[in-house]
Amino acid sequence: MKCQYCEKPATFHITELTEPNGPQVMHLCEEHARGFLQKDSSSPAVSVAGALAKQLNLGQTKKELAELDQKECPVCGISFFEFRNTGRLGCPYDYTHFESDLEPLLTNIHDSLEHCGKKPRRAAASADSQATMIQLRREMEEAVEREDYERASEIRDELKQIEDASSKDTSAKDVNPADTGGTDTSGTESGDAS
Amino acid sequence: MKRNTDFSELARNSGEWLRGTGPESDIVISSRIRLARNLADFPFIRRCSDEDRISIERTVRARMEAIEDWQDIRYVDIEQLSEIDRQFLVERQLISREIADADGSRAVAIDPHEQYSVMINEEDHLRIQVMHSGLDLNSAWDRINALDDKLEGAILYAYHQKYGYLTACPTNVGTGLRVSVMLHLPALVITQQIEKVFRSMQRINVTVRGLYGEGSQYTGDFYQVSNQITLGHSEEDLVSLVGDNVVPRIIEYERKARDFLISQGQKDLHDDVSRALGILSTAKKISSEETMHYLSKVRMGVNLGLINDVAVGTINKLFIHTQPAHLQKLHGRLLGSSDRNVERATYLQRHLSGSVGPGELN
Repeated sequence: MKCQYCEKPATFHITELTEPNGPQVMHLCEEHARGFLQKDSSSPAVSVAGALAKQLNLGQTKKELAELDQKECPVCGISFFEFRNTGRLGCPYDYTHFESDLEPLLTNIHDSLEHCGKKPRRAAASADSQATMIQLRREMEEAVEREDYERASEIRDELKQIEDASSKDTSAKDVNPADTGGTDTSGTESGDAS
Repeated sequence: MKRNTDFSELARNSGEWLRGTGPESDIVISSRIRLARNLADFPFIRRCSDEDRISIERTVRARMEAIEDWQDIRYVDIEQLSEIDRQFLVERQLISREIADADGSRAVAIDPHEQYSVMINEEDHLRIQVMHSGLDLNSAWDRINALDDKLEGAILYAYHQKYGYLTACPTNVGTGLRVSVMLHLPALVITQQIEKVFRSMQRINVTVRGLYGEGSQYTGDFYQVSNQITLGHSEEDLVSLVGDNVVPRIIEYERKARDFLISQGQKDLHDDVSRALGILSTAKKISSEETMHYLSKVRMGVNLGLINDVAVGTINKLFIHTQPAHLQKLHGRLLGSSDRNVERATYLQRHLSGSVGPGELN
């Protein structure tokens, strides 16, 4: 058998497991096999984009796809088109906003939709409060920029309240109080932004 | 935590993970686990403004500084580093190439023993990694889990009740956990059995990659095995998939291939590895590619008892120390490619001719 990229004999028959369409066997000569194996391993974006392309082509008409591409996250502003091209999401809220579009992709990649591993010892903020925090932070940056320090300071307090509320949720359950103390000692990020 | 960018001491030493000890260290170089984490109140890196990145870096640093027993941790502002220093940290595997090449505010916290590092503003806000010598995933997991707990006590992570830890790329969501074991598989390469290994792992959800993706540089028969999925299984299960299920099988294949090579002609094999050692110990100039190629043979020779006067730890160290940035740091000035080939040969000669003992590092 010849290498699929040149005329040399294929001495390596590599099964690529990360291909979105399932395992794919590559028949390569030694030189091309080496090049293939040295390929940057941190390129999941490529497989994400590939998986999405396949998934979208199967289920949607051109019109539906164009509509989906224009869908934007209200928090970070990323469009589905941008995500599809880069394989990277813009903010934690994207998992909520694009949930129905992402689920087939997650199933495709992980064969699962439910996390069953470690949970944070401090209660996580809800998707909505995470979104609120990101938006407030942006507003705070804008306030600092226009030198409206009073508004910036109000937002900082608001942010701290949301974060503390998450900590308290957990301390009421099973967390070591020492852990939640960490929040107070280091202050909020607001000072850093100014 | 100390702000420190003087890497000369680091360059002369070698990290714990290069000791060449630990379970199965004749085949397994190192066990690495990393966790991807993001702050709940910032967009992911791709959508961050410059101010956001600065704010994340300052926030995380302030919170790390408040962690007890982190006084000895070295904190490095990557944006301020020279290109050679960034490359040095990449060769050392303390930072990723991605963060080295990125723009804007970014940093890394490094444990003095180089067993763990925490990157800030990589693809995710936090990338925590732990590296141990040999096949030692369970203790690597215990350590990174404890580190994560400490950071989590100070930082509110982006977390979703259903999807777990939220990450910039959906391939990392859930546990955010990537378990990677670096293996030296020269006999499987020589006997052309490596394809069978790939094939046997077809249905197990693991990825195999050559080590270092640096241009045309020879891999030296190193392969990295990692879990592919991160969602739907507990961290312990993913660690066990790689550490108890996949890697022991590959080790077994490699051992069989080594036995086969010996049974087929020990003299030939002995000649091959001895010649490799001869070239490395006597060459007057040598490229990085050739060095990797011959060091790989010598490493196998040492592990098969065909070469007795070189320690595995020395070979492991030479793999890293003969790379471009390390050579230049050790030499104390910038060197062109041709000068590096001469310096590399001199360095190899000093370490392999017996004039520098395995315990000495310069």
